[in-house]
Amino acid sequence: MIEVRITVNGTVVERSVEPRLSLADFLRDQLGLTGTHLGCEHGVCGACSVLLDGRSVRACLTLAVQADGHRVTTVEGLASCATARRLSAELSTRHGLQCGFCTAGFLVTATELIQESAGAELTEPTVRAALSGNLCRCTGYQAIIEAVRAASRPSAPPEVDVVGSP
Amino acid sequence: MKPAPFEYLRPASVAEALAVLAAHADAGADVKVLAGGQSLLTLMNLRLARPEVLVDIGGLAELDRVFSDEHDVLIGALVRHRRLETDPELRAQVPLAAAAAGHIGHVGIRNRGTLGGSLAHADPAAELPLVMVTLGATCYLESRADGVRAVPAEEFFLSYFSSALRPDELLTWVRVPRLRPGQGWGFVELARRHGDFAMAGAAAVVDLAQDGSVRGVRAGLMSAGERPLLVSASGPADRDALAARRWDALAEAWTAGLEFSEDPEYARQLARVALRRALTDAETRADADARAVA
Repeated sequence: MIEVRITVNGTVVERSVEPRLSLADFLRDQLGLTGTHLGCEHGVCGACSVLLDGRSVRACLTLAVQADGHRVTTVEGLASCATARRLSAELSTRHGLQCGFCTAGFLVTATELIQESAGAELTEPTVRAALSGNLCRCTGYQAIIEAVRAASRPSAPPEVDVVGSP
Repeated sequence: MKPAPFEYLRPASVAEALAVLAAHADAGADVKVLAGGQSLLTLMNLRLARPEVLVDIGGLAELDRVFSDEHDVLIGALVRHRRLETDPELRAQVPLAAAAAGHIGHVGIRNRGTLGGSLAHADPAAELPLVMVTLGATCYLESRADGVRAVPAEEFFLSYFSSALRPDELLTWVRVPRLRPGQGWGFVELARRHGDFAMAGAAAVVDLAQDGSVRGVRAGLMSAGERPLLVSASGPADRDALAARRWDALAEAWTAGLEFSEDPEYARQLARVALRRALTDAETRADADARAVA
Protein backbone atom coordinates (compact mmCIF):
# COMPACT_ATOMS: atom_id res chain seq x y z
CA MET A 1 0.00 0.00 0.00
CA ILE A 2 1.18 3.51 -0.83
CA GLU A 3 0.37 6.64 1.14
CA VAL A 4 -1.06 9.43 -1.03
CA ARG A 5 -1.98 13.00 -0.29
CA ILE A 6 -4.25 14.48 -2.95
CA THR A 7 -6.18 17.76 -2.96
CA VAL A 8 -9.65 16.82 -4.20
CA ASN A 9 -12.06 19.68 -4.92
CA GLY A 10 -10.04 21.89 -2.59
CA THR A 11 -9.86 19.44 0.32
CA VAL A 12 -6.68 17.57 1.18
CA VAL A 13 -7.29 13.84 1.51
CA GLU A 14 -4.75 11.32 2.77
CA ARG A 15 -5.28 7.64 2.10
CA SER A 16 -3.37 4.43 1.78
CA VAL A 17 -4.01 2.91 -1.65
CA GLU A 18 -3.08 -0.12 -3.69
CA PRO A 19 -0.77 0.94 -6.55
CA ARG A 20 -3.08 -0.49 -9.20
CA LEU A 21 -6.08 1.56 -8.01
CA SER A 22 -7.14 3.99 -10.73
CA LEU A 23 -7.85 7.60 -9.88
CA ALA A 24 -11.43 6.98 -11.02
CA ASP A 25 -11.96 4.11 -8.58
CA PHE A 26 -10.23 6.11 -5.85
CA LEU A 27 -12.64 9.01 -6.35
CA ARG A 28 -15.73 6.83 -6.62
CA ASP A 29 -15.10 4.02 -4.15
CA GLN A 30 -12.91 5.63 -1.50
CA LEU A 31 -14.21 9.20 -1.55
CA GLY A 32 -17.78 8.54 -2.67
CA LEU A 33 -17.52 11.05 -5.52
CA THR A 34 -19.64 9.10 -7.95
CA GLY A 35 -20.14 11.97 -10.38
CA THR A 36 -17.07 10.68 -12.22
CA HIS A 37 -18.48 7.92 -14.41
CA LEU A 38 -16.64 4.91 -15.78
CA GLY A 39 -17.56 3.78 -19.27
CA CYS A 40 -14.91 1.95 -21.22
CA GLU A 41 -12.03 1.99 -18.71
CA HIS A 42 -9.44 2.14 -21.47
CA GLY A 43 -9.36 5.78 -22.43
CA VAL A 44 -11.84 5.85 -25.31
CA CYS A 45 -15.15 7.20 -23.97
CA GLY A 46 -14.06 10.18 -21.86
CA ALA A 47 -16.82 9.71 -19.25
CA CYS A 48 -14.27 9.60 -16.41
CA SER A 49 -12.60 12.91 -17.32
CA VAL A 50 -11.46 14.99 -14.32
CA LEU A 51 -9.12 17.95 -14.00
CA LEU A 52 -5.61 17.19 -12.71
CA ASP A 53 -3.82 20.42 -11.80
CA GLY A 54 -6.43 22.17 -13.96
CA ARG A 55 -5.94 19.95 -17.03
CA SER A 56 -8.45 17.39 -18.25
CA VAL A 57 -7.28 13.80 -17.92
CA ARG A 58 -8.86 10.39 -18.05
CA ALA A 59 -9.21 9.13 -14.49
CA CYS A 60 -9.25 5.52 -15.78
CA LEU A 61 -5.80 6.02 -17.35
CA THR A 62 -4.36 7.70 -14.27
CA LEU A 63 -3.37 5.78 -11.17
CA ALA A 64 -4.31 7.26 -7.81
CA VAL A 65 -0.61 7.09 -6.87
CA GLN A 66 0.20 9.31 -9.89
CA ALA A 67 -2.07 12.01 -8.45
CA ASP A 68 -0.09 12.04 -5.18
CA GLY A 69 0.79 15.66 -4.37
CA HIS A 70 -1.50 17.05 -7.08
CA ARG A 71 -4.88 18.81 -7.30
CA VAL A 72 -7.92 16.97 -8.65
CA THR A 73 -11.21 18.62 -9.58
CA THR A 74 -14.19 16.36 -10.28
CA VAL A 75 -17.56 17.31 -11.72
CA GLU A 76 -18.74 17.82 -8.13
CA GLY A 77 -15.98 20.41 -7.69
CA LEU A 78 -17.13 22.24 -10.83
CA ALA A 79 -20.23 23.35 -8.95
CA SER A 80 -18.20 26.31 -7.72
CA CYS A 81 -16.97 27.15 -11.24
CA ALA A 82 -18.96 29.87 -13.04
CA THR A 83 -17.98 28.59 -16.51
CA ALA A 84 -19.18 25.07 -15.71
CA ARG A 85 -22.42 26.38 -14.20
CA ARG A 86 -23.14 28.38 -17.33
CA LEU A 87 -22.37 25.34 -19.45
CA SER A 88 -24.68 23.07 -17.44
CA ALA A 89 -27.48 25.59 -17.84
CA GLU A 90 -26.93 25.62 -21.62
CA LEU A 91 -26.82 21.81 -21.76
CA SER A 92 -30.07 21.70 -19.81
CA THR A 93 -32.01 24.25 -21.87
CA ARG A 94 -30.71 23.00 -25.24
CA HIS A 95 -31.30 19.29 -24.54
CA GLY A 96 -27.57 18.62 -24.48
CA LEU A 97 -28.07 15.52 -22.39
CA GLN A 98 -30.52 12.68 -22.13
CA CYS A 99 -29.45 9.83 -19.87
CA GLY A 100 -26.63 11.97 -18.45
CA PHE A 101 -24.01 9.23 -18.19
CA CYS A 102 -21.48 11.06 -20.38
CA THR A 103 -22.35 14.54 -19.14
CA ALA A 104 -19.81 14.77 -16.33
CA GLY A 105 -17.01 14.06 -18.79
CA PHE A 106 -18.36 16.60 -21.29
CA LEU A 107 -18.59 19.23 -18.54
CA VAL A 108 -14.97 18.67 -17.53
CA THR A 109 -13.58 18.66 -21.09
CA ALA A 110 -15.67 21.59 -22.29
CA THR A 111 -14.98 23.69 -19.20
CA GLU A 112 -11.23 23.38 -19.88
CA LEU A 113 -11.88 24.26 -23.54
CA ILE A 114 -13.95 27.35 -22.76
CA GLN A 115 -11.47 28.57 -20.16
CA GLU A 116 -8.58 28.11 -22.62
CA SER A 117 -10.43 30.09 -25.28
CA ALA A 118 -10.22 33.10 -22.95
CA GLY A 119 -13.45 34.82 -23.94
CA ALA A 120 -13.34 34.12 -27.70
CA GLU A 121 -16.43 32.41 -29.10
CA LEU A 122 -15.60 28.85 -30.08
CA THR A 123 -16.18 27.69 -33.65
CA GLU A 124 -17.99 24.46 -34.41
CA PRO A 125 -14.89 22.64 -35.81
CA THR A 126 -12.90 23.63 -32.70
CA VAL A 127 -15.59 22.30 -30.39
CA ARG A 128 -16.01 19.11 -32.41
CA ALA A 129 -12.27 18.41 -32.38
CA ALA A 130 -11.94 19.18 -28.68
CA LEU A 131 -14.91 16.99 -27.74
CA SER A 132 -13.95 14.13 -30.08
CA GLY A 133 -12.70 12.20 -27.06
CA ASN A 134 -16.07 12.21 -25.31
CA LEU A 135 -18.71 9.76 -26.49
CA CYS A 136 -22.46 10.34 -26.14
CA ARG A 137 -24.90 7.67 -27.25
CA CYS A 138 -28.13 9.67 -26.76
CA THR A 139 -27.99 13.16 -28.17
CA GLY A 140 -26.26 12.92 -31.52
CA TYR A 141 -23.89 15.66 -30.33
CA GLN A 142 -25.54 18.61 -32.12
CA ALA A 143 -27.13 19.99 -28.97
CA ILE A 144 -23.93 19.48 -26.96
CA ILE A 145 -21.86 21.38 -29.55
CA GLU A 146 -24.44 24.19 -29.55
CA ALA A 147 -24.46 24.35 -25.74
CA VAL A 148 -20.67 24.59 -25.55
CA ARG A 149 -20.58 27.30 -28.21
CA ALA A 150 -23.34 29.22 -26.43
CA ALA A 151 -21.53 28.98 -23.10
CA SER A 152 -18.38 30.33 -24.73
CA ARG A 153 -20.16 33.44 -26.02
CA PRO A 154 -19.35 36.59 -24.05
CA SER A 155 -23.07 37.47 -24.08
CA ALA A 156 -24.13 34.20 -22.48
CA PRO A 157 -27.37 34.36 -20.49
CA PRO A 158 -27.29 34.78 -16.70
CA GLU A 159 -26.00 31.82 -14.74
CA VAL A 160 -28.45 29.25 -13.50
CA ASP A 161 -27.10 26.94 -10.88
CA VAL A 162 -28.32 23.51 -11.96
CA VAL A 163 -25.31 21.50 -10.84
CA GLY A 164 -26.18 21.73 -7.17
CA SER A 165 -23.74 21.07 -4.36
CA PRO A 166 -21.82 17.82 -4.04
CA MET B 1 -10.77 -3.71 -16.78
CA LYS B 2 -8.43 -3.26 -13.83
CA PRO B 3 -4.67 -3.79 -13.96
CA ALA B 4 -3.19 -6.90 -12.40
CA PRO B 5 -1.23 -6.23 -9.18
CA PHE B 6 2.30 -4.91 -9.54
CA GLU B 7 5.09 -3.54 -7.40
CA TYR B 8 5.22 0.27 -7.64
CA LEU B 9 8.46 2.23 -7.44
CA ARG B 10 8.84 5.97 -7.70
CA PRO B 11 12.52 6.96 -8.06
CA ALA B 12 13.39 10.54 -7.14
CA SER B 13 15.97 11.10 -9.89
CA VAL B 14 17.12 9.74 -13.24
CA ALA B 15 20.15 8.21 -11.50
CA GLU B 16 17.88 6.41 -9.04
CA ALA B 17 15.61 5.25 -11.88
CA LEU B 18 18.63 3.79 -13.72
CA ALA B 19 19.73 1.97 -10.56
CA VAL B 20 16.25 0.50 -10.11
CA LEU B 21 16.10 -0.58 -13.76
CA ALA B 22 19.58 -2.14 -13.57
CA ALA B 23 18.73 -4.12 -10.45
CA HIS B 24 15.48 -5.47 -11.90
CA ALA B 25 17.00 -6.20 -15.31
CA ASP B 26 19.70 -8.25 -13.59
CA ALA B 27 17.02 -10.18 -11.73
CA GLY B 28 15.15 -10.81 -14.98
CA ALA B 29 11.97 -9.16 -13.68
CA ASP B 30 9.31 -7.89 -16.08
CA VAL B 31 9.69 -4.14 -15.54
CA LYS B 32 7.90 -1.32 -17.33
CA VAL B 33 8.60 2.38 -17.06
CA LEU B 34 5.50 4.50 -16.43
CA ALA B 35 5.56 8.05 -17.81
CA GLY B 36 2.18 9.53 -18.79
CA GLY B 37 0.63 6.07 -18.96
CA GLN B 38 -1.72 6.79 -21.86
CA SER B 39 -0.66 3.67 -23.76
CA LEU B 40 0.70 1.50 -20.95
CA LEU B 41 -2.26 1.87 -18.57
CA THR B 42 -4.63 1.06 -21.43
CA LEU B 43 -2.76 -2.17 -22.09
CA MET B 44 -2.65 -2.92 -18.36
CA ASN B 45 -6.38 -2.23 -17.92
CA LEU B 46 -7.03 -4.67 -20.76
CA ARG B 47 -4.44 -7.03 -19.19
CA LEU B 48 -2.55 -7.18 -22.45
CA ALA B 49 0.39 -6.05 -20.30
CA ARG B 50 0.99 -7.41 -16.79
CA PRO B 51 4.33 -6.01 -15.63
CA GLU B 52 5.60 -7.23 -12.28
CA VAL B 53 7.21 -3.91 -11.48
CA LEU B 54 6.20 -0.40 -12.54
CA VAL B 55 8.85 2.32 -12.31
CA ASP B 56 7.01 5.66 -12.23
CA ILE B 57 9.25 8.40 -13.65
CA GLY B 58 6.34 10.85 -14.03
CA GLY B 59 7.62 13.11 -11.28
CA LEU B 60 11.15 13.57 -12.64
CA ALA B 61 10.99 17.28 -13.46
CA GLU B 62 14.53 17.18 -14.87
CA LEU B 63 13.13 15.36 -17.93
CA ASP B 64 10.29 17.84 -18.41
CA ARG B 65 12.56 20.48 -19.94
CA VAL B 66 13.46 21.80 -23.38
CA PHE B 67 16.75 23.31 -24.54
CA SER B 68 17.54 24.69 -27.95
CA ASP B 69 20.48 26.04 -29.89
CA GLU B 70 20.61 27.28 -33.47
CA HIS B 71 20.55 23.76 -34.94
CA ASP B 72 18.57 21.50 -32.66
CA VAL B 73 15.98 21.30 -29.93
CA LEU B 74 16.70 18.93 -27.06
CA ILE B 75 13.36 17.72 -25.71
CA GLY B 76 13.06 15.86 -22.41
CA ALA B 77 11.31 12.50 -22.41
CA LEU B 78 8.60 13.79 -20.07
CA VAL B 79 7.53 16.76 -22.20
CA ARG B 80 3.84 16.22 -22.77
CA HIS B 81 2.12 16.17 -26.17
CA ARG B 82 -0.04 19.15 -25.25
CA ARG B 83 3.06 21.28 -24.62
CA LEU B 84 4.62 20.16 -27.91
CA GLU B 85 1.36 21.09 -29.63
CA THR B 86 0.80 24.51 -28.05
CA ASP B 87 4.15 25.96 -26.89
CA PRO B 88 4.89 28.94 -29.19
CA GLU B 89 8.65 28.31 -29.27
CA LEU B 90 8.32 24.63 -30.07
CA ARG B 91 5.72 25.42 -32.73
CA ALA B 92 8.23 27.77 -34.36
CA GLN B 93 11.28 25.53 -34.00
CA VAL B 94 9.83 22.08 -34.68
CA PRO B 95 6.50 22.81 -36.39
CA LEU B 96 6.18 19.31 -37.86
CA ALA B 97 6.34 17.77 -34.38
CA ALA B 98 3.88 20.34 -33.02
CA ALA B 99 1.38 19.70 -35.81
CA ALA B 100 1.67 15.93 -35.43
CA ALA B 101 1.24 16.16 -31.64
CA GLY B 102 -2.16 17.78 -32.21
CA HIS B 103 -3.34 14.57 -33.87
CA ILE B 104 -2.54 12.32 -30.90
CA GLY B 105 -5.68 10.98 -29.27
CA HIS B 106 -7.75 13.67 -27.57
CA VAL B 107 -6.95 16.66 -25.35
CA GLY B 108 -7.24 14.56 -22.18
CA ILE B 109 -4.73 12.09 -23.63
CA ARG B 110 -2.37 14.84 -24.82
CA ASN B 111 -2.45 16.46 -21.37
CA ARG B 112 -0.86 13.29 -19.94
CA GLY B 113 1.02 11.50 -22.73
CA THR B 114 4.75 12.17 -23.07
CA LEU B 115 7.25 12.22 -25.94
CA GLY B 116 9.43 9.55 -24.35
CA GLY B 117 6.46 7.34 -23.61
CA SER B 118 5.20 7.53 -27.17
CA LEU B 119 8.61 6.69 -28.65
CA ALA B 120 9.30 3.86 -26.20
CA HIS B 121 5.87 2.39 -26.93
CA ALA B 122 6.96 2.19 -30.61
CA ASP B 123 3.51 1.90 -32.13
CA PRO B 124 3.88 2.01 -35.95
CA ALA B 125 0.51 3.83 -36.10
CA ALA B 126 1.72 6.62 -33.79
CA GLU B 127 2.52 10.18 -34.84
CA LEU B 128 5.70 11.09 -32.97
CA PRO B 129 7.76 8.03 -33.97
CA LEU B 130 7.05 8.93 -37.61
CA VAL B 131 7.99 12.56 -37.01
CA MET B 132 11.29 11.67 -35.35
CA VAL B 133 12.23 9.28 -38.16
CA THR B 134 11.29 11.87 -40.80
CA LEU B 135 13.26 14.65 -39.10
CA GLY B 136 16.28 12.44 -38.44
CA ALA B 137 16.08 12.93 -34.67
CA THR B 138 18.40 11.24 -32.19
CA CYS B 139 17.21 9.31 -29.14
CA TYR B 140 19.38 9.30 -26.02
CA LEU B 141 19.19 6.08 -24.02
CA GLU B 142 20.75 5.96 -20.59
CA SER B 143 21.74 3.04 -18.41
CA ARG B 144 23.81 2.62 -15.29
CA ALA B 145 26.08 0.16 -17.09
CA ASP B 146 26.87 2.15 -20.25
CA GLY B 147 25.95 5.75 -19.53
CA VAL B 148 24.37 7.52 -22.49
CA ARG B 149 24.15 6.10 -25.99
CA ALA B 150 22.80 8.03 -28.95
CA VAL B 151 20.59 6.07 -31.33
CA PRO B 152 19.23 7.63 -34.55
CA ALA B 153 15.42 7.44 -34.67
CA GLU B 154 15.71 5.41 -37.89
CA GLU B 155 17.49 2.68 -35.92
CA PHE B 156 15.45 3.04 -32.72
CA PHE B 157 12.22 1.49 -34.00
CA LEU B 158 12.64 -2.23 -34.68
CA SER B 159 9.16 -3.69 -35.14
CA TYR B 160 5.62 -3.56 -33.73
CA PHE B 161 5.95 -2.15 -30.19
CA SER B 162 9.67 -3.01 -30.18
CA SER B 163 12.52 -0.56 -29.92
CA ALA B 164 16.26 -0.56 -29.33
CA LEU B 165 15.67 0.16 -25.63
CA ARG B 166 17.21 -2.47 -23.37
CA PRO B 167 15.43 -3.45 -20.13
CA ASP B 168 18.02 -1.54 -18.08
CA GLU B 169 17.77 1.60 -20.22
CA LEU B 170 15.69 4.75 -19.97
CA LEU B 171 14.92 7.03 -22.92
CA THR B 172 15.81 10.41 -21.42
CA TRP B 173 16.19 13.00 -24.19
CA VAL B 174 15.49 13.43 -27.89
CA ARG B 175 17.50 15.75 -30.11
CA VAL B 176 15.33 17.12 -32.90
CA PRO B 177 16.76 19.17 -35.80
CA ARG B 178 15.11 22.59 -36.11
CA LEU B 179 13.42 23.62 -39.34
CA ARG B 180 16.03 25.43 -41.42
CA PRO B 181 15.59 28.27 -43.94
CA GLY B 182 14.38 26.86 -47.26
CA GLN B 183 12.64 23.93 -45.59
CA GLY B 184 8.92 23.32 -45.52
CA TRP B 185 7.00 20.59 -43.72
CA GLY B 186 3.78 18.67 -44.17
CA PHE B 187 1.83 16.32 -41.93
CA VAL B 188 -1.33 14.57 -43.04
CA GLU B 189 -3.32 12.01 -41.11
CA LEU B 190 -6.34 10.22 -42.48
CA ALA B 191 -8.76 9.04 -39.80
CA ARG B 192 -12.53 8.72 -39.54
CA ARG B 193 -12.62 11.31 -36.73
CA HIS B 194 -10.02 13.63 -35.25
CA GLY B 195 -8.16 11.68 -32.60
CA ASP B 196 -8.95 8.19 -33.87
CA PHE B 197 -6.10 5.91 -34.79
CA ALA B 198 -4.84 6.77 -38.25
CA MET B 199 -5.79 4.68 -41.26
CA ALA B 200 -2.84 6.36 -42.98
CA GLY B 201 -0.48 9.18 -42.17
CA ALA B 202 2.50 10.88 -43.74
CA ALA B 203 5.14 13.40 -42.75
CA ALA B 204 7.41 15.25 -45.16
CA VAL B 205 10.16 17.86 -45.22
CA VAL B 206 11.02 19.51 -48.54
CA ASP B 207 14.28 21.44 -48.71
CA LEU B 208 14.58 24.06 -51.45
CA ALA B 209 17.73 25.89 -52.52
CA GLN B 210 17.62 29.65 -53.04
CA ASP B 211 17.19 29.18 -56.81
CA GLY B 212 14.09 27.05 -56.12
CA SER B 213 15.70 23.71 -56.97
CA VAL B 214 14.94 20.76 -54.74
CA ARG B 215 17.87 20.22 -52.40
CA GLY B 216 16.39 17.27 -50.56
CA VAL B 217 13.24 15.51 -49.44
CA ARG B 218 12.55 13.34 -46.42
CA ALA B 219 9.19 11.67 -46.18
CA GLY B 220 7.76 8.89 -44.06
CA LEU B 221 4.60 6.90 -43.45
CA MET B 222 2.83 5.63 -40.37
CA SER B 223 0.43 2.67 -40.26
CA ALA B 224 2.25 1.26 -43.29
CA GLY B 225 4.35 -1.51 -41.81
CA GLU B 226 5.89 -2.85 -38.62
CA ARG B 227 7.54 0.49 -37.83
CA PRO B 228 7.50 4.09 -39.07
CA LEU B 229 8.93 4.00 -42.59
CA LEU B 230 11.26 6.58 -44.10
CA VAL B 231 10.07 5.90 -47.64
CA SER B 232 12.19 8.65 -49.21
CA ALA B 233 15.28 6.68 -48.18
CA SER B 234 14.05 3.14 -48.73
CA GLY B 235 11.89 3.66 -51.83
CA PRO B 236 13.14 4.00 -55.41
CA ALA B 237 15.00 7.23 -56.18
CA ASP B 238 13.42 9.08 -59.10
CA ARG B 239 15.70 12.08 -59.63
CA ASP B 240 13.59 13.53 -62.47
CA ALA B 241 10.32 13.38 -60.54
CA LEU B 242 12.06 14.93 -57.54
CA ALA B 243 13.55 17.78 -59.57
CA ALA B 244 10.21 18.43 -61.27
CA ARG B 245 8.39 18.23 -57.93
CA ARG B 246 6.05 15.54 -59.26
CA TRP B 247 4.83 14.57 -55.82
CA ASP B 248 2.10 12.19 -56.93
CA ALA B 249 4.57 10.20 -59.03
CA LEU B 250 6.92 10.03 -56.05
CA ALA B 251 4.09 9.11 -53.71
CA GLU B 252 3.05 6.33 -56.07
CA ALA B 253 6.61 5.02 -56.40
CA TRP B 254 7.25 5.18 -52.66
CA THR B 255 4.07 3.27 -51.76
CA ALA B 256 4.20 0.69 -54.58
CA GLY B 257 6.36 -1.84 -52.73
CA LEU B 258 4.70 -1.62 -49.32
CA GLU B 259 2.97 -4.65 -47.87
CA PHE B 260 -0.32 -4.04 -46.09
CA SER B 261 -2.06 -6.80 -44.19
CA GLU B 262 -5.67 -5.68 -44.52
CA ASP B 263 -7.41 -4.45 -47.67
CA PRO B 264 -4.02 -3.72 -49.31
CA GLU B 265 -5.17 -1.74 -52.34
CA TYR B 266 -7.30 0.60 -50.25
CA ALA B 267 -4.54 0.99 -47.66
CA ARG B 268 -1.98 1.70 -50.38
CA GLN B 269 -4.25 4.33 -51.96
CA LEU B 270 -4.72 6.05 -48.58
CA ALA B 271 -0.96 6.01 -47.95
CA ARG B 272 -0.30 7.44 -51.41
CA VAL B 273 -2.83 10.24 -50.93
CA ALA B 274 -1.50 11.12 -47.46
CA LEU B 275 2.06 11.14 -48.80
CA ARG B 276 1.20 13.29 -51.83
CA ARG B 277 -0.64 15.82 -49.66
CA ALA B 278 2.17 15.95 -47.08
CA LEU B 279 4.78 16.51 -49.82
CA THR B 280 2.64 19.19 -51.47
CA ASP B 281 2.09 20.99 -48.16
CA ALA B 282 5.82 20.82 -47.46
CA GLU B 283 6.61 22.27 -50.89
CA THR B 284 4.09 25.09 -50.42
CA ARG B 285 5.61 26.02 -47.07
CA ALA B 286 9.16 25.80 -48.45
CA ASP B 287 8.21 28.07 -51.35
CA ALA B 288 6.64 30.57 -48.97
CA ASP B 289 9.76 30.49 -46.85
CA ALA B 290 11.99 31.04 -49.91
CA ARG B 291 9.85 34.03 -50.97
CA ALA B 292 10.05 35.47 -47.46
CA VAL B 293 13.85 35.17 -47.54
CA ALA B 294 14.21 36.61 -51.06
